[in-house]
Amino acid sequence: MTSPAREYTSVVRVAGPLMAVSGVGDATYGEVVEIRLPDGERRLGEVLESRSDVAIIQVFGGTQALDTEITSVRFTGYPMRMVVSPEIIGRVFDGSAAPADGGGPVIPGKVQDIAGSAVNPTARAYPEDCIETGISAIDGMNTLVRGQKLPIFSGAGLPHSMLAAQIARQARVLRDHEEFAIVFGAMGITNEDAQFFLDEFEDTGALEHAVLFINRADDPAIERIITPRLALTTAEYLAFDRGMHVLVILQDITAYCEALREVSAARDEVPARRGYPGYMYTDLASIFERAGRIHDRKGSITQLPIISMPDDDITHPVPDLTGYITEGQIVLSRDLYRKGIYPPIDVLPSLSRLMAGGIGKGKTREDHGAVSDQLYAAYAKGRRLESLVTVIGDEGLSETDRRYLTFAARFEREFIGQGRAVGRTITESLDTAWKLLCLFPEEELNRIPTDLIETYRGGDGQ
Amino acid sequence: MRGALMYEVVHVGEAALIGEIIGLSEDVATIQVYEDTTGLAPGEPVGRTGAPLSVELGPGLLGMVYDGIQRPLEVIREEMGAFIVRGASFPALDRKCTYPFTPAAAPGTAATPGTIIGTVEEGRFTHSILVPHGMAGTLARVAGAGEYTVTADIATVLSSDGKEQPVAMLRRWPVRVARPVAEKLKPADPLITGQRVIDSFFPIVKGGTAAVPGPFGAGKTVVQHQLAKWSDADIIVYVGCGERGNELADVLRQFPALTDPKSGEPLMGRTVLIGNTSNMPVAAREASVYTGITIAEYYRDMGYDVALMADSTSRWAEAMREISGRLEEMPGEHGYPAYLASRLACFYERAGNVRVLGPSNRTGSVSVIGAVSPPGGDFSEPVTQNTLRVVRVFWALDADLAHERHFPAVNWLTSYSLYPDDVEAWWNEHAGDRWGEMRRSMMATLQKESELEEIVQLVGPDVLPEDDKLSLHVAEYIRESFLIQYAFDPADTFCAPDKQYMMMQLITDYARYGKAAVAGGMPVSAIADMPVAKRLLRLGAVPDADFREYFEETERRMKEAFHNPGGGIT
Repeated sequence: MTSPAREYTSVVRVAGPLMAVSGVGDATYGEVVEIRLPDGERRLGEVLESRSDVAIIQVFGGTQALDTEITSVRFTGYPMRMVVSPEIIGRVFDGSAAPADGGGPVIPGKVQDIAGSAVNPTARAYPEDCIETGISAIDGMNTLVRGQKLPIFSGAGLPHSMLAAQIARQARVLRDHEEFAIVFGAMGITNEDAQFFLDEFEDTGALEHAVLFINRADDPAIERIITPRLALTTAEYLAFDRGMHVLVILQDITAYCEALREVSAARDEVPARRGYPGYMYTDLASIFERAGRIHDRKGSITQLPIISMPDDDITHPVPDLTGYITEGQIVLSRDLYRKGIYPPIDVLPSLSRLMAGGIGKGKTREDHGAVSDQLYAAYAKGRRLESLVTVIGDEGLSETDRRYLTFAARFEREFIGQGRAVGRTITESLDTAWKLLCLFPEEELNRIPTDLIETYRGGDGQ
Repeated sequence: MRGALMYEVVHVGEAALIGEIIGLSEDVATIQVYEDTTGLAPGEPVGRTGAPLSVELGPGLLGMVYDGIQRPLEVIREEMGAFIVRGASFPALDRKCTYPFTPAAAPGTAATPGTIIGTVEEGRFTHSILVPHGMAGTLARVAGAGEYTVTADIATVLSSDGKEQPVAMLRRWPVRVARPVAEKLKPADPLITGQRVIDSFFPIVKGGTAAVPGPFGAGKTVVQHQLAKWSDADIIVYVGCGERGNELADVLRQFPALTDPKSGEPLMGRTVLIGNTSNMPVAAREASVYTGITIAEYYRDMGYDVALMADSTSRWAEAMREISGRLEEMPGEHGYPAYLASRLACFYERAGNVRVLGPSNRTGSVSVIGAVSPPGGDFSEPVTQNTLRVVRVFWALDADLAHERHFPAVNWLTSYSLYPDDVEAWWNEHAGDRWGEMRRSMMATLQKESELEEIVQLVGPDVLPEDDKLSLHVAEYIRESFLIQYAFDPADTFCAPDKQYMMMQLITDYARYGKAAVAGGMPVSAIADMPVAKRLLRLGAVPDADFREYFEETERRMKEAFHNPGGGIT
């Protein structure tokens, strides 16, 4: 990457988000270009394809008002980079890292390539420090740990923003007071959503520890391809250079994938499912795999991406591929939300893959794993019975079956539906669980070892 | 690039990135590059190596962690830091390390591929140094016992036309070519995995093939990890193909600390890890399964039983799709290339129980267990369907079971194994002669349960006759006590075959007694309330060492309770 900057005015074709520049023999793959429009405006682009006579460029600011005569293109000789420094904390940027808070440019510290490099898998430290989010459905049954990537699968009209903000507000690590930061990367979110997060961060004082990159719904769609990478490059700097524990919230991954699809379609690529490109799994992995911890470094990156499932369909390519990369998922349910339960987390399809390593004796409490398994089994059975009752009525049910029905209803109201202002410690969440499990005789609690039942069952239930 | 060979390895650009030629058209070669190509420009040089993509084979493979094209990740980390930098080039096998070599053949011995020249102690394994493929004649010279590096000459083979060929411990093999064997044999012994639903319900054999498809969150990776930890193969090759970095970190955290139930030594000492995570270059992901199976075949050729886990073959297929898309090939189903089925078949056919080359009649095996990640959990998609055509065991993971935290979430109705008849003799010999009968009766009970559940859905449970209620009751024990197995419980994570057998005995005996009692007019609710029934609830949690005693005591109480119903014996 030593080619110096070169300037061309030989734009030969503009189509969708792409343009072609001829006569460029030495454009390098991934090189950044600066485009000067006829009216003097500047935009950034990136080389997607370089042949011996022509370079194909994706234009992040959109291609409106480009022409094939005056528009000039400067090849910088570098891949996409950004400036990071300690002063970046507390700042708000747009989707391509230009200041959006009225402040000046970031004082140069370190220049980093935004594509990042893959962490050598042997250098990864396995995540096992539990993060207490204050949400029972998460802490009790889908525990989040430092260095995990745990997406929220949501749908239009569900309170995912509120949940993400509540987690950002309440999250803390047990027995620990280390430096933390929040990096928020917004792709295609509405002005109101953006304002909600800004207000929320300002009200709670979180803005002092936060860096925001906001690409709004009316900003150029192609810019969304770089926004999450800016956020994660910032997070890597804060975590691995400055030793901070960083929580990255990315909203909305579906909008990001749509931008990816737009570029792919413009390049006439063979699509995989629903027109999304065949490399979307790999592309999403290059974002999500930037979560983690590294041996011998202090900080960590925990990701909380938000995915809106079109038509609440969990098999849609975006949530589907995400689920295969991330370490679990938190699934929001429209049914629970309609019942007035907040947060409306459907625990059955939710999962935290790293939970087992972060809980138990010495970390949270010795009964944590068994209680979680029992809650899952009992709630699943209660839900099965509920659907049975809607068909055959409840006359034929045994006493035990009725207990399961009562349990399922109370579990939704009392354990999951804790409300938006309440934060519970992990111990409080587990105690709430035991209060509900007391509805059952001991032999129904077959997922919990007998000695733990004796220790924790207590007498205050029923 | 006229003269370049298809599938030849090339060095691309000034950074000398490793690539492979995957298309030729007159003087233009299409190259897939195994590393990130950012910064590459037209006009940069490309250098040929003349050789296809190959792996290095020799002592020192065990315990290593490689990327998809066999670059040693731990060495890269020591030399280049926590993040992977492009253009890293380190040999797969340490050139400086010496190994104690003991000659096993005298000069003058006839040398054919597979003849043992000598042996090297590699950890607890005897690593045989064989006459390489393509060499034949007589051994002209064999080095004396002593310490040698992998590149040192340890023997000379004199071919029939008088040519002297030096032999070193290190050799190379092109990954896309199966290593030849003398003969493929019929499978004989089960691959014992310590997982009840696998060993007792849907067994796999040494040299067999299995697929584990399931939607995300159904526990494919946990099943694969459990097999890598507990299966009674000699050597494990674990290919993390396009999966999560933290999963590999988990393996690296656990395996050195866990001990192999067979030898009591650390698990890492029998394991080779290939880790090409999802964010590492896609072309190297495509190569990773071939790198893994070639290493597996190499140890098989010494006479070992090797098991290879590939997690996940869907990511491998997607890598093929990505490369095929870039080549602008006409796509088949779901955009996958038309040759998907033949590639999958060729890969699984490299498994098998075989008599290896060479004069000693050794046998060895490679078992292959491939995870499949069907989009949306839909098993009708091409990778699952094409895999099912070539594998003989199918462990279907089920999202609903996973949601109830029924793990391993292997669906007992849709899964199958074509091996039970082959392994029944083994169980008869090693555990007892009721295995086949108990297995069939338990599976029939579960089948019955699913039929009855349809009726219950329509009319409710209380109209069922008592013997049907008993079937439902027993099926619950089979599911909750036998099929559910806690990977994180030290007593339950590995279930020895004799414990599995005794658990089956307890449950089938309970069912048999119960049937007689129901026929004698006892209601199922009374049977379920007997204190001894509770002893069947958490069988898995009883440690192996105490199990026989627990078993005998439970059998005794069961007999008493059913002969004296209402007697209150506990």
